[in-house]
Amino acid sequence: MEKKIIKKTPAKTVKKPAVCKTKCSGCAKTGGDARGPYTATVMDHFKAPHNYGKITDADGIGKVGNIVCGDVMWLYIKVAKNKAGQEIIKDIKFETFGCVAAIATSSAITDLAKGKTIEDAVGINKQDIVNELGGLPPIKLHCSVLAADALVEAVYDYYTKQKREIPAALEEKHQRIKKEKDIVEEKYKDWTQKEEEMRG
Amino acid sequence: MVKKTAKKSKKRVLTSPIKRIYMDFAAATPVDPRVAKLADKNLPEIFANSMSFHSFGQESREVLEQSRTDIAGIINAKPAEIFFTGSATESNNLALKGVMFANRLRGKHLIISPIEHACVLESAAWLERQGFEVTRLKVDNYGLVDPKDVEAAIRPDTILVSVMHANNEIGTIEPIAEIGKICRQKGVHFHTDAAQSFGKVAIDVEKMNIDLLTASSQKIYGPKGAACLYVRQGVKIEPLLHGGGQESGLRSSTVNVPAIYGFAQAGLIAKKEMAKEAARQIKLRDKLINGILASIKGSHLNGHPTKRLPGNVNVWFEFVEGESMIIQLDINGIAGSTGSACSSAKLTASHVLTAIGLKPQEAHGSLRLSLGRWSKESDVNYVLKLLPKIIARLREISPFKTDNL
Repeated sequence: MEKKIIKKTPAKTVKKPAVCKTKCSGCAKTGGDARGPYTATVMDHFKAPHNYGKITDADGIGKVGNIVCGDVMWLYIKVAKNKAGQEIIKDIKFETFGCVAAIATSSAITDLAKGKTIEDAVGINKQDIVNELGGLPPIKLHCSVLAADALVEAVYDYYTKQKREIPAALEEKHQRIKKEKDIVEEKYKDWTQKEEEMRG
Repeated sequence: MVKKTAKKSKKRVLTSPIKRIYMDFAAATPVDPRVAKLADKNLPEIFANSMSFHSFGQESREVLEQSRTDIAGIINAKPAEIFFTGSATESNNLALKGVMFANRLRGKHLIISPIEHACVLESAAWLERQGFEVTRLKVDNYGLVDPKDVEAAIRPDTILVSVMHANNEIGTIEPIAEIGKICRQKGVHFHTDAAQSFGKVAIDVEKMNIDLLTASSQKIYGPKGAACLYVRQGVKIEPLLHGGGQESGLRSSTVNVPAIYGFAQAGLIAKKEMAKEAARQIKLRDKLINGILASIKGSHLNGHPTKRLPGNVNVWFEFVEGESMIIQLDINGIAGSTGSACSSAKLTASHVLTAIGLKPQEAHGSLRLSLGRWSKESDVNYVLKLLPKIIARLREISPFKTDNL
């Protein structure tokens, strides 16, 4: 049986691109580089993160995490209208300090959010991110929450800058994130000051 | 199926580097081929229960007793003072719990350092829950225990002081001879966990006034599953395991003679080559440390510059997260470790790094590279070439601007 399969498989297969373009969930199937507790897809994102860097004239910036806890995520969004007149995330970039999972979830959420309407983008939850990455170790699931929070904060920042009314659901999410942030910042007061100094 | 596997492995080869460098000798060492060769030759003969009276059993017993003599010779102990166990963790558990329980009518006070291995810290915490009292000393920024602090902490009811010889994370070598002297003067037992230093740094239990000492096979290029506890004659100690009365009643269990044989052979090699090998590794270690500190901005040494294990390099980088660094190094074929909370099962930063004054966010950026018997200068050069690029890359993705570090 096995011999037959070998014969059927062509010797020369089409070369896979070294870095996957927008979606890379297929890499895991084609034999990727799973490492430690991470899937091949997580490793693909970590090795070649999508959409990293800064948008200098961003319409909204979401800043979550804390250096004391080991992960800091900044998400920049650019908003534009599509043909139907809906507001969409036209461009999105991230800057992240953190572990493999923090970098991979940052990269994954940019893939998920790009091109989506703002309403849809805000609805991206941690499970969507985990699915996009083909799974995360249980202890790292909080990184996916952080990425989803960063996007919520970026949209909240956009609405605030536009002096627009904040939808109730978004306000609720923002208040939860803010509350959690305040607790951490109070706990590590002296160090968050140093963090401020280092921010560019 | 066959084809698929072949394709997969081919891809792995293409994406992984040609070079693979092991720099985690503090975590585990490979068995020295010389030990493996001796084991291959002799192990088929060493199988019988060393407690059996027949000739097969007596042959095992002979090997066991010769191994005991060999190990004793490395630390200037008497063979009868060496008790074989299954791991350094077991030896440390036995030392703390065994001595505290055996002497509980005399006192209930135990003194330890805050940078001990988890098996000492957890044993001490367990003893506390049984009603014993534990004093945890402080260490300075190098991780050094001040012998004067030991002296000040000793009470009339103190039974045991346990301070490790060399720290597994930062490599700091503690002043155990001074601590031993104080303990002897005060009539208190002194235990040292020498899992990291045994076979690498000279130890003399007589000159250093050591009453109990832990050593392990798997840290000195011997097989896993063998370790020992040295217990000075006259020290009262209770066993953890009760049963057939092996190891003079201190450690019941059929004795793992094959692993112990490997342990002793590895010990003999380590003893013979110690001075030369230490000098060689110190040279490599200092080249690596100095190279990193010179080429990477915002890098700092953890531990003492000279009072440290010959093969230990531990540094921390500002605004770099350790797990990302370890995985990046692994992608490039280099095996190291970190004290970052993100890489630990408990999501807490290393207790050693916080004890020497590092803030959690500083401990996040720590990197331990431990050199060993097969580390070469070219390995060090490779790391020095690669590491600055990895640090720069991680800082590039980060929102923290580190240009002015």
